[in-house]
Amino acid sequence: MTAFLIIIVIALLGITLWQISKVFELSKPAETSDSQVADNKDNNTQGKILLAFTVFLYGIMIYSFWSLSKFYLPEASSDHGADYDKLMFISIGIIMAVQVVTQALLHWFGYKYRGKKGQRALFYADNDKLEFIWTIIPVVVLAGLILYGLFSWSEIMNPVEDEDTLVVEIYAYQFDWRARYSGQDKTLGKANVRFIEGINQLGVDESDDYAMDDIIVNELHLPVNKPVLFKFRSQDVLHSAYFPHFRSQMNVVPGMITEFGFTPITTSKEIRKTDYMVDKVRNINEIRKTREDIAEDDRLYEFDYYLLCNKICGVSHYNMQMKIVVETEQEFQDWLDNQQTFGELINN
Amino acid sequence: MSVAAQANIDSHAHDDGHHHHEQTFIEKYIFSTDHKMIAKQYLITGLIMGFIGIGMSLLFRMQLAWPEQSFWIFDALLGRFAPGGVMEPGTYLALVTIHGTIMVFFVLTAGLSGTFSNLLIPLQIGARDMASGFLNMVSYWLFFTSSVIMVSSLFVESGPASAGWTIYPPLSALPQAIAGSGMGMTLWLVSMAIFIASSLLGSLNYIVTVLNLRTKGMSMTRLPLTIWAFFVTAIIGVVSFPVLLSAALLLIMDRSFGTSFFLSDIYVQGEVLSHSGGSPVLYEHLFWFLGHPEVYIVLLPALGITSEVIATNSRKPIFGYRAMVASILAIAFLSTVVWGHHMFVSGMNPFLGSVFTFTTLLIAIPSAVKAFNYITTLWKGNLQMNPGMLFSIGLVSTFITGGLTGIILGDSTLDINVHDTYFVVAHFHLVMGISALYGLFAGVYHWFPKMFGRMMNKNLGYIHFWITAVGAYGVFFPMHFIGMAGLPRRYYTNTAFPYFDDLADTNILITLFAFLTAAGQLFFIYNFIHSIFYGKRAVKNPWSSNTLEWTAPVEHIHGNWYGELPTVYRWPYDYSKLNEDESDYVIAGQDFIPQNVPLQDEEEELNH
Repeated sequence: MTAFLIIIVIALLGITLWQISKVFELSKPAETSDSQVADNKDNNTQGKILLAFTVFLYGIMIYSFWSLSKFYLPEASSDHGADYDKLMFISIGIIMAVQVVTQALLHWFGYKYRGKKGQRALFYADNDKLEFIWTIIPVVVLAGLILYGLFSWSEIMNPVEDEDTLVVEIYAYQFDWRARYSGQDKTLGKANVRFIEGINQLGVDESDDYAMDDIIVNELHLPVNKPVLFKFRSQDVLHSAYFPHFRSQMNVVPGMITEFGFTPITTSKEIRKTDYMVDKVRNINEIRKTREDIAEDDRLYEFDYYLLCNKICGVSHYNMQMKIVVETEQEFQDWLDNQQTFGELINN
Repeated sequence: MSVAAQANIDSHAHDDGHHHHEQTFIEKYIFSTDHKMIAKQYLITGLIMGFIGIGMSLLFRMQLAWPEQSFWIFDALLGRFAPGGVMEPGTYLALVTIHGTIMVFFVLTAGLSGTFSNLLIPLQIGARDMASGFLNMVSYWLFFTSSVIMVSSLFVESGPASAGWTIYPPLSALPQAIAGSGMGMTLWLVSMAIFIASSLLGSLNYIVTVLNLRTKGMSMTRLPLTIWAFFVTAIIGVVSFPVLLSAALLLIMDRSFGTSFFLSDIYVQGEVLSHSGGSPVLYEHLFWFLGHPEVYIVLLPALGITSEVIATNSRKPIFGYRAMVASILAIAFLSTVVWGHHMFVSGMNPFLGSVFTFTTLLIAIPSAVKAFNYITTLWKGNLQMNPGMLFSIGLVSTFITGGLTGIILGDSTLDINVHDTYFVVAHFHLVMGISALYGLFAGVYHWFPKMFGRMMNKNLGYIHFWITAVGAYGVFFPMHFIGMAGLPRRYYTNTAFPYFDDLADTNILITLFAFLTAAGQLFFIYNFIHSIFYGKRAVKNPWSSNTLEWTAPVEHIHGNWYGELPTVYRWPYDYSKLNEDESDYVIAGQDFIPQNVPLQDEEEELNH
C-alpha cells in the first residue's frame, strides 16, 4: 500500500515536472500581446480545470468515506456514548449534505459562467428574500443541533451520584497515570502534592483515616454497568484524560480537581469479540507481522481499552497511557481484594 | 498632529510633486514612512517567515509518516536536535510549537493584515498616507524585531519553546518540565510582547485612517469590503491583543519573579514548588480571549480580499453588500464571546460550556451568509479566471469545508471525543490556515501590479494554484478521519499505541500531499521574485477594477496621487451596470464604472 502510494505520488510529481517545463516555455516573455491578464482562452481552460478539480474534490471525499471511515471508533462502550454517537451521526449527515450541495454550486458556477468574449454579467446586487431564506435555514438547523447537544451535554456533565457510584481518582504525572480507589469506606483520603515523600507517590495524607484503605494501582479496572465518577488530579503540568472508547475526556489540572463520570457497558472480553474489533485487530496484526522495529514478542496485539494523555505535557507525552479493564462485578471485586491498600503500603 | 501632517502633504502635492527632496536609500527602502513601502516590507518579511514555518511542517510530517527513522535532512537542518538524523521527541514538539506560532502570528496576522491594510487602506479610501506614517514605520520595525527574536530562539542551547503554540502553563512556566521552557520560552514571550505592541500600533493607525482620512464622497457605505474587513479586524485586534499581552506578562512574572497567577500545587523533578493558589484555567481564559478573535483577525482580511477579487473578476457587484458588512460586524462581535469553546473539557463549569456552545453556533450564521453570498456573486457572472480569482474561489471552498466541521467542534457534547485530536487539526487548517493563505495569495496576485508596477506570470500562477488546491485537500480531508479514530495531536509518534498502527498508511499519504503542496509554493517564490525584476510592466488598471487604487499612477509617488485627491461618487461595485434602456453598459462598451466617475445622465444610484 505504502509503496503503491509512493509510486503514485512520484508519478504525479513527474507529470508536474513535465508540465512545468512546458509552462516555462509558455511563460517566456517572447510571446506577444501577453498582458498577463486572463484572456478568453485562459478563462475557458481554467474553467474546465475547475470542473476537473471538482471531480478530484468529490473523489477524495468519496475515497475518504469509503475507505477511511473504518477508522471511526467502534460503537461506544459507555452508557452516554450511544447518544453521543447518534448526535455525531446526525451532525455529519447534515454537514456533508451542505458540503455536497454548496461545493457543487460553487464549482459548477465557476465552470458554467467562465468568462467568454461578449458575455454580459448580470447586475444583481441584492435580494432580501433570498438572503432571508439562507439566514433562516442555518438558524433553524443550528437551533435544532444546539438543543439536542445541550440536553446531552447537561446529562453527560451532571451524572447522578448515588451510593452505587464508584469513585476513582485518576492521578496524572509526567509521564504516567495512577488510579486510586476509595476502598471499604467509599471515601478517598485527603491528598496534596506537599505530602509526596518516598513511597507515598500520590501525596496521600497519612494522618487521614479515610486514606488507609485506599488502593493505588497502575491499571484501571472497572465493573461493567456500574456508574463511575472520576476525580482527576495532576502532580505537575496539564494533562488530559482521554478515554476515546467511552466518549469521555477531561483535562487534569494541577491545583484543582476535575470530574467526569460514565457507566461502562461493554466488557473488555465482549468488545474483543465484536466484528469491528476482530477485523481491526486482524488487520493490525497483519501490519505488525512485518514491522521490524517491534520486538518479535511484542508483535501480537490484543485489544485493550486504554486511557491516554491528550494535552501536551512534555517529551514523552506520546506514550502516557494506562490500560483499562472492564469486567464483571465479581471479577472486579476479586481483583480489588488482591490489591494492597495504602495503609499496608506505608506500614510495610 | 495627523491633521497637520495631512494638510502638509496636500499642499505638497499641489506643487505637482516636483519638489520632493531626494530620498536616501535608507529613507526610501529601510526606515520608510510610506505605506506602500511598509506594505512591501510586511509582505516580504511575512513570506520569509512563511517559508520557515512551512519548512518546519515538512520536517515534522516526515517524522509522523516515518517515525524515528534517520534522514540526512534532519541531520543537516536540526543538527544536535536530531542526533544521527533521528528527530528527538522534544524537537518534534518544538517544531509544531514554532510552526503554529509563526504561521498564525507572523504570516497570517502580520503578513496578511499588515501587508494589505497598509497597502490598501490609504489607496482605496483616497488618502495620501496613513494617519501616522511614523507610527506605521515603528509598527513594522517592531514586527521585524519580534521576527528576529522568534527566529533566534531556534538557536538557543536548550531549544526553542516547545509547549505548543498556546503555551499553556505550567508546562511553559517550568524549565524542569520541558527543556524548551527555559531560554527558548523567554525569547518566545519577549518576541510576542513586541509583536503585540507592533500589532496595536498598526491597528490603531488603521482605525484612525479609515475613520478620518476618507476622501470626499467616500461614505462608510461606499467603502470597498476590503476596507470594512481591515477596519473591523483592527478593532478586534485592539480589543483582544492586550489581553494576550497581559497573559504573557503574568506568565513572565510566574516564570521569573515567583508569582503564582497560573501555578499551584506542583511537584516536579522531586521537588514541591512554593507556588500556591494560581490556576492554569485562568491562563486558558486569557489566552483564548485573544486566541479565538485571532482566528477572525486572520480570516476577515482574507474574506475582504476575496470579496473584492471575486466581484472584480466576476464583473458583477458583490451580492448583498449590506449583508456582507453586517456579517463582518456580527462575526467581529461574536468572535469575542466564543473563546470558551476551546475549553469545554478544561474543567470549566459545564454551564459555561452550554453558553459557549450557543454563541459559537450563532457565529456559523453570518459565516453561512457570507459563503452563500460569494456563490451568488459567481452566478451569472462573466468570470475572469485570473490566478487571484482562482485563489478566491479556492478560499470559499476551503472556508465551507473547514467551517462545516466547526459545527461538530463547537458543540460541547461532540467536542468531548474529538477535542485535541487530528480532527481539530484538519478543521482549523482548512478554515483558517488554508483559507487565509489563499486570501494572501489572491491578494498578492491581484495587487502585485499596484505594489511592484509589474505583472506576475499568470501561467505560473495557475500551476501554483492547482498544485496547492489538490495538495491542501489531499492533506487535510483524510486528516479528519484519523482524528475520528481518536488519534491525539502533538504526538511525536503513534507507534506507542498498536491501536493506531493501521493509520500509518494514511499518515504517509498526508505527508506526501504535504510535500506536493510545498513543492507548488516554489512556483510562487520563483514567480514572485522574478516578476519583481522582470515581470511585464503593468498598466494603470489591469483588472478593469472600480476601486480608487487603480486611479493612482503606476509609479509610486509620495502622496499617492498627482494633483488633487479623487472624489468618490458611487459605491465600488458598479460592474456590468446597464443604462436606462438596457441597450449597453452605463459607459458604452465598458463594463465597469470606477468610483471617481460621477453619475451619468439618467443613471440611478441604486440604494445598496
